[in-house]
Amino acid sequence: MHCMREASVYTEVDMMYKKRDVAIISAAATKCGEQWDKGLKDLAWEAGVKAVEEAGISGKDIEYLVVGNMSGGMFVGQEHIGALVADFLGLNPIPSLRVEGACASGGIAFFQGYMAVASGLYDIVAVGGVEKMTDVEQEHATTALSGAMDFEWEAYFGATFPGIYALMARRYMYEYGLKKETLAKVAVKNHYHGSMNSLAHFMNRISLEEALSAPMVAEPLGKYDCCPISDGAALVILAPLEIARKYTDTPIIVKSSVMASDTLSLLKRRDICTLDATVNAAEKAFRLAHIERSQVNLIEVHDCFTIAEVLAIEDLGFAKKGEGWKVCDEGQTYVGGNLPVNTDGGLKASGHPVGATGVKQIVEIVKQLRGEVERGRQVNNAEIGLAHNVGGSGATAVVTILARR
Amino acid sequence: MSHIAPPAHWRRAKERYRLLGSKCENCGSTFFPPTKVCPKCRRKGRIVQTEFSGKGKIYSYTIIHSAPKMFEKYTPYILALVELEEGPKVMSQIVDCKPEEVKIGMAVEVCFRKLFEQDGEGIISYGFKFRPADNSWKSLQ
Repeated sequence: MHCMREASVYTEVDMMYKKRDVAIISAAATKCGEQWDKGLKDLAWEAGVKAVEEAGISGKDIEYLVVGNMSGGMFVGQEHIGALVADFLGLNPIPSLRVEGACASGGIAFFQGYMAVASGLYDIVAVGGVEKMTDVEQEHATTALSGAMDFEWEAYFGATFPGIYALMARRYMYEYGLKKETLAKVAVKNHYHGSMNSLAHFMNRISLEEALSAPMVAEPLGKYDCCPISDGAALVILAPLEIARKYTDTPIIVKSSVMASDTLSLLKRRDICTLDATVNAAEKAFRLAHIERSQVNLIEVHDCFTIAEVLAIEDLGFAKKGEGWKVCDEGQTYVGGNLPVNTDGGLKASGHPVGATGVKQIVEIVKQLRGEVERGRQVNNAEIGLAHNVGGSGATAVVTILARR
Repeated sequence: MSHIAPPAHWRRAKERYRLLGSKCENCGSTFFPPTKVCPKCRRKGRIVQTEFSGKGKIYSYTIIHSAPKMFEKYTPYILALVELEEGPKVMSQIVDCKPEEVKIGMAVEVCFRKLFEQDGEGIISYGFKFRPADNSWKSLQ
């Protein structure tokens, strides 16, 4: 067969294997940041215990564990993370799997766990994400992160991760008239949301002037356009919807969870101002969920750099191509606005423990839909939320749509 | 970047020294980095090696201020996506050009330069960079 299968064929296959609806019965995350007193196992343990206690289940009820982790090997000299976390959480002898897709590792872990329950193979599945990044010098950490791009044709020629996103930002500015001030506004907004999130890496607010006058990292991106290097973990527990109420009064329904891939290197992209992986994952996620964009009350997007938040708003379908920056510029992305984005502070302020981020975003949506986050950043009567997790410069994207009913 | 073993430099050296990509003889598409399969023609495609002219335009650029150790001494340096006249894009540094002079659409040509040195026993790596095609670089010599 020479041609690619039509997207609709995939949809039919998905529906065929989906035997039942899936719900999240508990969700927990650790604080993000420089946590010198905690190692990788401690972080995973903390998130795991919080989630298990919240669900009121015993570890024995968990049948399968999936853990997102980008680079335990390079950050802490530890591989074999699936078994390690299962062991440390006392879950032996259940199957345990570590998945890796750079910064999308957590999102992929969720997608895997969702499939395991939706297909009917397992009932109670734990999906975790963990990254311990601050035990190595920054030089070493950025080396590990640069593994998410094409080593031979990008990093080898002097590309850095901020540099890759700066190339997207510069072209986007050229094509659509985005100004640096708008990018700064994205950072200011995310710090504002983060200041009300007790688990955030940064709880300080910043001014537009501070953001604009910060030292340059890769022009046009300055320090406040870039997310930090964080330690952190998150864990959610999934169950078939039909039994979810046994564990919680407020199960959160997984309407869809979809993953898509694209070229690893930016230089091969169809358009560097669009993440096609996000477009494809989002289109299918909305189709499978039978939900319209206008019904969504809040979104968590992968703002590893401020420009990524602008692109995500467009690629997810909440603004036309070239107009996502206007949504940010007008302040519609604040809690209380038309489209609250990154109500936890996003990667920028709440932190980016790479392998944990995709799960951490889902924890935020769950808490928002249950009305459990701090006042000031709670979206009123939130019914439907979306989480968007990206790997590298857009080679991987996972879009998950969650709803209260 | 961690230490890179000599074979890892050597196996890509020709492509990096001469800006070699690949071409599908069935549909005429050109690719960079070199590929082994034509995504359009797939099994019907016939992939051969091709040398690019080295002429192109800047598609996007950034000035890198914060770089890994091996590139630190070059900061601030210009990193660009160069659109080759044959179509594919390459990621490369732009040299013989001041950071404030670079712009999208600027005509550039390939040149052969040192890319980086690694500490200790690491070998010195060479490959392509690009410079302004209007000869303005000569005044900087």
